[in-house]
Amino acid sequence: MWRWLHPYAKPEVVYHLLGRWQPWLSITAALTLGLGIVWGLVFAPADYQQGDSYRIIFVHVPTAMFSMSLYIALAIAAFVGRVWQLKMADWGLAAIAPVGLTFTFISLVTGAIWGKPMWGTWWEWDARLTSQLILFFLYVGVLALYHAFSDQRNGAKAAGILAMVGVINIPIIRYSVEWWNTLHQGATLTVFERPPMATSMLIPLLVSILGFGLLAGALIVQRMRNEILRQELRRPWVKHVLNQDRATELSKTEQA
Amino acid sequence: MNDTSNWAAFTAVMRRDLMVVMRRRSDVLNPLLFILMVVSLFPLAVGPGPDILGRIAAGVIWVAALLSALLGSERLFRDDFLDGTLEQLTLLPQPLPLLAGAKIVVHWLLSGLPLVILAPLCALLLKLPAEGWLTLMATLVVGTPILSAVTAIGAALTVSLGRGGALLSLLLLPLFIPLLIFATGAVEAALMGTAAWPQVLLLAGLSLLTLLLAPFAVAAAIRVSVN
Amino acid sequence: MSTLLTAKQLSSQRAGRALFSDLSFTVQRGDVLHIEGVNGAGKSTLLRALVGLVQLQSGQIEFFPDAADDHDWRNQLLFMGHKAGIKAELTAIENLTLQAKLCGCAIDDAWQLLATVGLLGLEDVPAGQLSAGQQRRIALTRLWYSNVPLWILDEPFTALDTDGIELLQQRFAEHTAAGGAIIMTSHQLLTWTPTRLQRLRITGGDA
Repeated sequence: MWRWLHPYAKPEVVYHLLGRWQPWLSITAALTLGLGIVWGLVFAPADYQQGDSYRIIFVHVPTAMFSMSLYIALAIAAFVGRVWQLKMADWGLAAIAPVGLTFTFISLVTGAIWGKPMWGTWWEWDARLTSQLILFFLYVGVLALYHAFSDQRNGAKAAGILAMVGVINIPIIRYSVEWWNTLHQGATLTVFERPPMATSMLIPLLVSILGFGLLAGALIVQRMRNEILRQELRRPWVKHVLNQDRATELSKTEQA
Repeated sequence: MNDTSNWAAFTAVMRRDLMVVMRRRSDVLNPLLFILMVVSLFPLAVGPGPDILGRIAAGVIWVAALLSALLGSERLFRDDFLDGTLEQLTLLPQPLPLLAGAKIVVHWLLSGLPLVILAPLCALLLKLPAEGWLTLMATLVVGTPILSAVTAIGAALTVSLGRGGALLSLLLLPLFIPLLIFATGAVEAALMGTAAWPQVLLLAGLSLLTLLLAPFAVAAAIRVSVN
Repeated sequence: MSTLLTAKQLSSQRAGRALFSDLSFTVQRGDVLHIEGVNGAGKSTLLRALVGLVQLQSGQIEFFPDAADDHDWRNQLLFMGHKAGIKAELTAIENLTLQAKLCGCAIDDAWQLLATVGLLGLEDVPAGQLSAGQQRRIALTRLWYSNVPLWILDEPFTALDTDGIELLQQRFAEHTAAGGAIIMTSHQLLTWTPTRLQRLRITGGDA
């Protein structure tokens, strides 16, 4: 593992590597996301029960899916950072957390909006919404801890420990919330448990899931590059990169 | 390192913490008084009728317990950090998770155990029906170690920040949710006349798991904090 | 085993600024390594890094490289930082005995130790009511009862009066004469000249 990772442990190498990926990732993310959203919101057929209001799933489902996996990615980054003492993994944590928080927030808000036509209320203590709310709190905790430290290396380490504790807790929380939900609400009909989706809806959904995934990737890559520059600010290679950027910028303005 | 020296260090840490707290008894008493006051606010807020109070009693007691755990958690490592004893602990040849475990045990003895003892009084004030008493006590006995262990993780993470307070609640409260759900669920089951032992056993299992893993997280957090 | 510690090419950064880089040194039995430098040069960071409290950017630290048996190096050294490690609620004698118990040291006579550091008569007062120098003296009793070869002391003379400084230096002389070694920082000039003194100057920043 170490031998494989070693060449990638140099910030400069990673910065340039990510720089090569980034344009492609951003472009495909924009295209796929655009395709998925337009297809889902405009061209996919309306639901026979929910009418047009179901269309929010093209945003809700992908963000909800990735909010969870991003937290797991966060914990994996923290784990790698601890075990192999890789500072890059700590920066990865700082890059992933805000993206995950935003995705969780979007999924919460879209879930609530969807709840209005379905349940007639903005907020229902439904098992999934509640779990999502707790996941949101977990993200907030990790980020708050990270920013509470003045030394960001320590902040990342502390936040990483919290993320690992959180990831062990997530299955327990999910299970407990589900149990609590059945205890208090009996068998409420949830909109999430539905017969299999028609292909005409499923395909745009899959496309937009892919789009959101690429978007998360592109955002994290860009954040990671910023983080590398910020952390290595005093290194010669960063100064070189920044000077180059300034030079191209200048030549552009001259041409204009 | 052999077992005797590990054990000696474990008891030495415990003894020191116990002696320090015995000199500052208000630290133990204040969280308990806090719980008592929170509990007596509820009849004033929602009315003293036994049907409402009895139904929310277990929930109120457990929420008060969570809040009081947060209230007293800062002192768990703060003084040790400030006077340098925490740093000395990390330099001992004995495994740090073991010593962290000693501190968790002391914390439970001084905050969890008194809570268990205080619980009948709270149950009385909140008119919890008699069927629920035994289950409430059982959930407190197996649940409060989780409180101490998880609180210790949060306290160790924030000890170097100097302003734990609100941040600590932000970190810890989400982690307490399963505890709250299963503990109050158990009492509710007992009140409805169904078996409460599955939840109590589940809590006991969670408690063991937490006690097993938390010392390692605490030790890792201490190492970050003394850095 | 005459070499107690070898350090090779230690480098540290704080907040993106180099504190020191490529520091190498060896500490033998009987040595006193005096680390010098202006405030903020990284002296404390270096000492804390030696005992593993702080992580360095790069470098290698090896304790007791000649030791045949591979026992735990933490058993063989003693570190005292800026903070005394004294519990304000406990009395001098309680602090002393608990500290000894934690490090697994046997003490014959706690009262004798307190008398040595000049605290007899104050043993029943909670340490919080003692002066900084007196608290420091409680902590320093460790140097009399522990029998580890390597001492790492960050500003050991802080808050001590001249008598205290004199006393401590006598103890240092005994320790090095018995084959122990000391790594220390101090802004105070030593009035005692160790037989084998190494000076290491850290110039912060410009490395």
